[in-house]
Amino acid sequence: MEKTVLMKGNEAIAEAAIRAGCKVYFGYPITPQNEIPEYMAANLGKAGGTFVQTESELASISMLYGAGGTGERAMTSSSSIGIALMQEGISFMAGAQVPGVIVNMNRGGPGLGGIQASQGDYFQATKGGGNGDYYTLCLAPESIQEACDLVQLLFDLAQKYRQPVMMLGDGMIGQMMEPVCIKEPEQKEYDLSWATRGWDGVSRERAIINSHYPNPDDMVIQNGILQEKYRQMEAEEVRYEEYMCEDAETIMVAWGTVARICKSAIKSLRNQGVKAGLIRPISLYPFPYAILEEYAKKDQVKRFLTVEMCAGQMVEDVIIGTKSLKPIERLNKLGMMSHTPKEIADYVIELEAAEKEGK
Amino acid sequence: MEKLFTKTTALTDKPFHYCPGCTHGIIHRLVAESIEELGLKDKAIGLAPVGCAVFANEYFNVDMQTTSHGRSPAIATGIKRALPDRIVFTYQGDGDLASIGCGEVNHAAVRGEKITTIFINNAIYGMTGGQAAPTTLLGQKTTTTPYGKDGDANGYPMKVCEMLAAHEGAYYLERVALWDTAHIIKAKKAIKKAFQYQAEGKGYCLIEVLGTCPTNWGCSPLEAFEWQKENMLPMYPLGVFKDKGGEE
Amino acid sequence: MIRLTINEELCKGCGLCVNACPKDLLRISTTKENAKSYNPAEMTNMEECIGCKSCALTCPDVCIEIVKE
Repeated sequence: MEKTVLMKGNEAIAEAAIRAGCKVYFGYPITPQNEIPEYMAANLGKAGGTFVQTESELASISMLYGAGGTGERAMTSSSSIGIALMQEGISFMAGAQVPGVIVNMNRGGPGLGGIQASQGDYFQATKGGGNGDYYTLCLAPESIQEACDLVQLLFDLAQKYRQPVMMLGDGMIGQMMEPVCIKEPEQKEYDLSWATRGWDGVSRERAIINSHYPNPDDMVIQNGILQEKYRQMEAEEVRYEEYMCEDAETIMVAWGTVARICKSAIKSLRNQGVKAGLIRPISLYPFPYAILEEYAKKDQVKRFLTVEMCAGQMVEDVIIGTKSLKPIERLNKLGMMSHTPKEIADYVIELEAAEKEGK
Repeated sequence: MEKLFTKTTALTDKPFHYCPGCTHGIIHRLVAESIEELGLKDKAIGLAPVGCAVFANEYFNVDMQTTSHGRSPAIATGIKRALPDRIVFTYQGDGDLASIGCGEVNHAAVRGEKITTIFINNAIYGMTGGQAAPTTLLGQKTTTTPYGKDGDANGYPMKVCEMLAAHEGAYYLERVALWDTAHIIKAKKAIKKAFQYQAEGKGYCLIEVLGTCPTNWGCSPLEAFEWQKENMLPMYPLGVFKDKGGEE
Repeated sequence: MIRLTINEELCKGCGLCVNACPKDLLRISTTKENAKSYNPAEMTNMEECIGCKSCALTCPDVCIEIVKE
């Protein structure tokens, strides 16, 4: 039944998760992601799964911890503030190596903020918002189709690495309607001998899901295991898109829906003879540092322009990636305001003009 | 050669780290024996709290998860909803359940989750060195109520069984004690009954066990039971607060 | 014949079994000391033991085993 239909982002993501074999989903109401729990409430049971509305996002992530600890495919979702409440649980999942999919529809902040799209959760998502040394594998879609594909991929990445994984969307991804073709992926089998599923005493070791290591020697080993996983992710799970970069002199760097606005600006610039391109990180962690360095070393590249719907967070990773070999300009929008293609294009033309004057 | 009494196989060989005379050890045995006697060992998944019993994953000889402070009723919900035919139990102290985890335990009862909670009320925070818990009694001295707990300043003792009894989803709630053999046997019956109800797919069951903390109460194990009978019993009367399956 | 054994290495000398024994047959040893330097409990008169299990039921460290030969 893989045909193209017009669907709202949140609902499409929920349907995609169901088709990826999501068995249990735990959710709490918070705009702009409400349609995910609503869709799950109406449809997960019919697909043989179980929906639970929780008393708080603390409970949601705790339930994900428990369910993930059994090896069953489990998911939760929320928005910014709810994800903030989940940080303790995410850190526990990382420490105890528990798989689970978390969807964050980023809204305005800090604090109660607003319900429209923003990208202000980048640091929280990619630099480990909870306690201790850990990273959360984090993928960011720019469209509803990609959101569906990525959430299905995340179920496998969660099992592959036995850890919490996140899809970082925003209010637009959640609320837009777009044509989408939701796949029915084949579900890989994973070894579950580590999972707490009830122990017959003989067939395997007793399973213990645990992040508590009071003895420093044990903690060194445990931390080492996690760090090895992060190196593996950095080697195998980097994903990005290069858009019109071959001859680009100005390279924009943007993620999520903002990247689509940049693409429109690039088309308009190209029509005006200005060579602009875009590198779009899809994996926010592991971040695509290498490709940025590669372009930073190209003579044709005069500058980078980071475009973000926040005060500038991803830009720090761009500085790391490009090693500041080229100037890094910023075009940030605060307060859930989004850029227009014209604003971005005009800014690049301004930069070009300033550069000619400067000579 | 008949074995009148021997250690249950539902406990590992790991010696308990608990202080001399601490009732956690007794309760661990009652829980483990109940699981073994009901033939539930291979389906049981237990949750260790944050508190003195944080090492319970080394003691219960079943699949275990350690938890974040206060969250085990929600974590247990996640396990039970993912694997509905397993036997899932939380083991929690009064800091874990009545303080930081109060939201979770209430909503597990409100939802009638088919899990079992063993709740140890010893009126103090043990692991962290004797601070006041929500169940600390008025006038009781702790490291955070050094002049005696004052209702006005520190709040009033929290009655968990009575609180949860208001929830329709709660199926069986009983408060028990351990200060003599008769009470220990009665406590075992209650704990075993709670697991039996879970095996039958009934609703949320919680057994509140009055525990002692000789170290932080600053008395001997025996004196602790005496103090408990005199001071805790009046505030925390024993008995069944709800039993939908009983002959109420 | 009832035979009761106390795992002296696990015993922490808490005294609860001594109090629980209806026939006062147990006491905290004043001579023995285990690796953790606790004085463990000990049986003073095995013949008198009636196998009521009170001691074993109250032991917080599950140190006591009772068999009937």
